[in-house]
Amino acid sequence: MDVIYTIWLRSITRYVRSKSRIIGSISMPLFFLIFLGFGLNSVVNIPGLGDNYIQFLMPGMVAMSVLFTSVFSGIQIIWDKQFGFLKETLVAPVSRMEIMLGQTFGGATTAVIQGIIIMVLSLFLGLNVQSLPGFLIALGFMVLIGISFTAFGIAIASRMEDMTGFQLIMNFVVFPIFGLSGAMFPISSLPGWLKPITMFDPLTYGVEGIRYGLTGVSQINPVISFMVIGGFACIMTIIGAFMFRKINI
Amino acid sequence: MTPAIQVKDLTKAFNDLVAVDHISFEIEQGEIFGLLGPNGAGKTTTLSMLSTMLKPSSGTALIQGIDIAKDQDSVRKAIGIVFQDQSLDEELTARENMDFHGRLYRTPPEVRKQRIDELLHLVGLYERKDDLVKTFSGGMRRRLEIARGLLHHPSVLFLDEPTLGLDPQTRNHLWQYIATLSKEKNITIILTTHYMEEADRLCNRIAIIDHGRIIALDTPENLKNSIGGDVVTIKTPDINAVSRILNESWVIRLEQHSDEVRISLQNAEQHISNIITQLNQHNIPIISASIHKPTLEDVFLSFTGKTIREQEMDGKEKMRIHHRMMRH
Repeated sequence: MDVIYTIWLRSITRYVRSKSRIIGSISMPLFFLIFLGFGLNSVVNIPGLGDNYIQFLMPGMVAMSVLFTSVFSGIQIIWDKQFGFLKETLVAPVSRMEIMLGQTFGGATTAVIQGIIIMVLSLFLGLNVQSLPGFLIALGFMVLIGISFTAFGIAIASRMEDMTGFQLIMNFVVFPIFGLSGAMFPISSLPGWLKPITMFDPLTYGVEGIRYGLTGVSQINPVISFMVIGGFACIMTIIGAFMFRKINI
Repeated sequence: MTPAIQVKDLTKAFNDLVAVDHISFEIEQGEIFGLLGPNGAGKTTTLSMLSTMLKPSSGTALIQGIDIAKDQDSVRKAIGIVFQDQSLDEELTARENMDFHGRLYRTPPEVRKQRIDELLHLVGLYERKDDLVKTFSGGMRRRLEIARGLLHHPSVLFLDEPTLGLDPQTRNHLWQYIATLSKEKNITIILTTHYMEEADRLCNRIAIIDHGRIIALDTPENLKNSIGGDVVTIKTPDINAVSRILNESWVIRLEQHSDEVRISLQNAEQHISNIITQLNQHNIPIISASIHKPTLEDVFLSFTGKTIREQEMDGKEKMRIHHRMMRH
């Protein structure tokens, strides 16, 4: 347990020090919120929320910042590999499982903090948090998204030699996951042939869960959302741990 | 007392390349043992196996009596490692890097704090303990890594090319640290190097390793003596006279060249005045006289047929050294 805490602590220390990274990863979801939110607010009509598009978009942007931060945190293992620090960790009398879990929780924590920052900023843009339980439900879903995608990043990083493949993963894997998740538009408005695909996107359930927590409205039953994203988090952690066990340095 | 390290027929093959080929040696407690050889000789591979980072293809090794194949965790607790390449977190301070290490090795908090202070003093980094490692020079980083490697009180310390790419002054400094360390803490140190001088100055015993095999293993002194002792070279117009006069028992061999005579002998310093006096007595003009003590370079040459520098550096190694130099 103390090993997991040690690795977690390092992630957090590094995160707190990287001001540019914090600001950098807040900016994109924030600009989306402001430009898309205000720009489309009056033209878009969302079932259940009426013409309040910005309310619809906010949970999506929270999910977005959690998603991108966590994938990036996981993939950062490549830096540790390249700068040699991973060796120091791997040669210690600790199991790789502990190291991997520490990294995952560290990444998930930073991702959730990023999400909370977006959430707080959203309050100033008109977000009405329904209730404390609602906020906690949203938080729970953020944690699950954070764990899932940090583990996902670790799994990928375990196989990558350097950062050159990072852009490829971002454009062809992470961005589609985000785009198909219903973070920016209701799934129901997609054409029939595209709709089933969104159902295979685990982030869809995460976004829906956060949306249920923050606005009280969702298109998918929150219990189902919880089971799917919770199961996905477990599976990704197992896959991540398995891949990390075979990492070569 | 059991030896600190016992290695028997240790072998590592990567596909059809045999990187380490049935090497065997023993290291006593408190000894500084050097693995000397050119790049690619198998030194780092040997260390990787001994530190449980790499599984041997065959053979066994015991560290403090613990089998590296059977009880990895106990081996890892008993050893400290300074890798060839840097392995610090540059975004953390010196103290945080140490603290991370102490926590990973489950050193109790009070002990950890006290040892960190003590070790940072030892390597002269205490004043900089709260500075980020990215502001450190190459030599400071190396010292920090050595301090970190000692934090969990290992009984065996592995140093892989500890002074690679450092400037001569820093290198001298580090040698002093390493020598002091082995004396004060009675730690067994095994180091790899391709610097002859480093091996000569630091090590109690040296294994010369080439193409994955140990080709010689002894004290630096014995290794140097094994190739025929010192050489006194006398430059003179009358080489035949020199050969005629010098027929003392301590002359091992005497070679005549066009305008000089090379005399092989032990302890040249003791005999040089005798040689010169005798030549003076016979009125043989001496243009110059010089003593050459054999170096490990000569030892390496005589065992492998080439100098260690002739073993060409590969591109990656060059880049690594270059990269390290750039940090200064």
